[in-house]
Amino acid sequence: MFDFGRPDEEAATGLNNKINRQPLGITTMAEKIVLNGLTKRFGPILAVDNISLSVATGEVLGFLGPNGAGKSTTMRMLTGFIEPTSGTAEVCGLDVTRHPVEIKRRIGYLPEGAPTYGDMTPESYLGFIAEIRGFNGPEIRRRIEAVTKKVDIGSVMRQPIDTLSKGFKRRVGLAQAMLHDPEILIMDEPTDGLDPNQKHQVRKLIREMSADRAIIISTHILEEVEAVCSRAVIIAHGRLLADGTPEELLSRAPDHNAVMITVDTNKSDAVKKTLEGLDAVKNTRSEKTANGDTRLVIRPKKGKLIADDVSQLLRSKNIPVQEMFVERGSLDDVFRKITKDGKSAGGGTNA
Amino acid sequence: MRNIAIIAKREIKGYFTTPLAYIFIVIFLAMSGAFAFYIGGFFNREQASLATFFLYHPWLYLMLVPAIAMRLWAEERKTGTIEILMTLPISTSEAVLGKYLAAWGFTGIALTLTFPMWITVNVLGEPDNGVILAGYLGSFFMAGAFLAIGSCISALTKNQVIAFIVAATVCFLFTMSGLELVLSFFRGWAPEILVRTIASMSFLTHFGAILKGVIDIRDLIFFGTLIAFWLFANVIIIDLKKAA
Repeated sequence: MFDFGRPDEEAATGLNNKINRQPLGITTMAEKIVLNGLTKRFGPILAVDNISLSVATGEVLGFLGPNGAGKSTTMRMLTGFIEPTSGTAEVCGLDVTRHPVEIKRRIGYLPEGAPTYGDMTPESYLGFIAEIRGFNGPEIRRRIEAVTKKVDIGSVMRQPIDTLSKGFKRRVGLAQAMLHDPEILIMDEPTDGLDPNQKHQVRKLIREMSADRAIIISTHILEEVEAVCSRAVIIAHGRLLADGTPEELLSRAPDHNAVMITVDTNKSDAVKKTLEGLDAVKNTRSEKTANGDTRLVIRPKKGKLIADDVSQLLRSKNIPVQEMFVERGSLDDVFRKITKDGKSAGGGTNA
Repeated sequence: MRNIAIIAKREIKGYFTTPLAYIFIVIFLAMSGAFAFYIGGFFNREQASLATFFLYHPWLYLMLVPAIAMRLWAEERKTGTIEILMTLPISTSEAVLGKYLAAWGFTGIALTLTFPMWITVNVLGEPDNGVILAGYLGSFFMAGAFLAIGSCISALTKNQVIAFIVAATVCFLFTMSGLELVLSFFRGWAPEILVRTIASMSFLTHFGAILKGVIDIRDLIFFGTLIAFWLFANVIIIDLKKAA
């Protein structure tokens, strides 16, 4: 349906550069969200199992996980909608169960499915949200106008939300979450139900907002992680199984940074042998392509980059190559590897 | 206070953007009139009073008020908007009160719109307007008590039909609790004090007392306490569901 695995690469790397440039000291100072051993039990079902993590200003954290992994439940505890069975969640240094109103003031939250009051118009709905968020008079108008422009719903402001398309409904939900310009944004599947153009727009919006905010989004669209997240965690069966930048997660892919070349089948064995002579090469394997040529997958040793060595070697030996590219590995593979490996204790829930 | 008002305002607007408000008002007016004229024999009595009009209010409310109350929380739960509402910077009590006051205010509007009845008796005769005012006040408070019960029960479920049936049943028990029908059920086994307590909970008894025109503060306190109790339970239920 969508171009899985080949995401908005430019954007992802752009964001990473920005994040990497931040001095480390600031990052630790600005921790906005701290989860400590957060656990939620629904009767016999362990929905969230001892999750600890923190998110700082400037970070966009992606919650990845299969359906029923506990992503939404974690978000609900974080926003004070439900209370944890044990463990704590802190937002801006405040415990969410002890200071529910204060933390809710600081959070913008888009719940799963982006529920809205369907019989209201976006205009009256956002007006209500603005009022309850404590804005007055002309400020309400200004806020609504600004957020309406951001999510591009100006054309439907006077229609009942029930009559709007899924994409518009979702964007009304986003407007609700962003209206008060919160320092913390928590969005459960913000791009679900949007068409590719709208997805692109919302991701851009999230990236733009990320500089002075702590943002958590959940998704099961892996390209989204690479497109907007500075960090991602993988959750399955309520447990946190991996935590790292998208690049770090990608490096867990079996073919990460492998060099693929396509050569004439007759010469492939010789080429293979030559390449295996390189220091940084871990192993190679060959596979047939559709038109009878041979593709060699040359995997580097851990942490090595071999593209340069391989191309120089090939050139010096005058070996003709039909194509050559570096495989980044796909998050899909990493995701499958990690979530399948995680023992299926606990069991998922949709709550 | 500000938050309660904002929520109540949104709710009230919600009633009037859907047909719900208009249907409720039309049916309430039509039925309260019909009961007063046909069953109560409003004209045949040749009395300048609204006694026959008020007499049937408990029975009208029994059916109509749970219909208003059933959606208060069950609908929020069903559509998921409760997740929006309860993650806004408001307390649970503010949400409960805001929604409740909107619904109560709405029944107040419906009740006020029966004013042609009052004009009619004043044109035809010289009624005791104090008694009529007491009747309106009592009716309003009784509607409030029904609503508080309904609101609390609505918080227990996401199914509006269940909310309606359970609320209507509980309201029925409260209405009838002074009558033998309910009391005989308890008389066999319950201690006398409990039977008396149950009997004293009867809406009919308290409403009947108010209708006589004597606004005994105890009757208003009865309804007020009942409202406070059920709304308190409502808040507790919502908070408990959070932790469940």
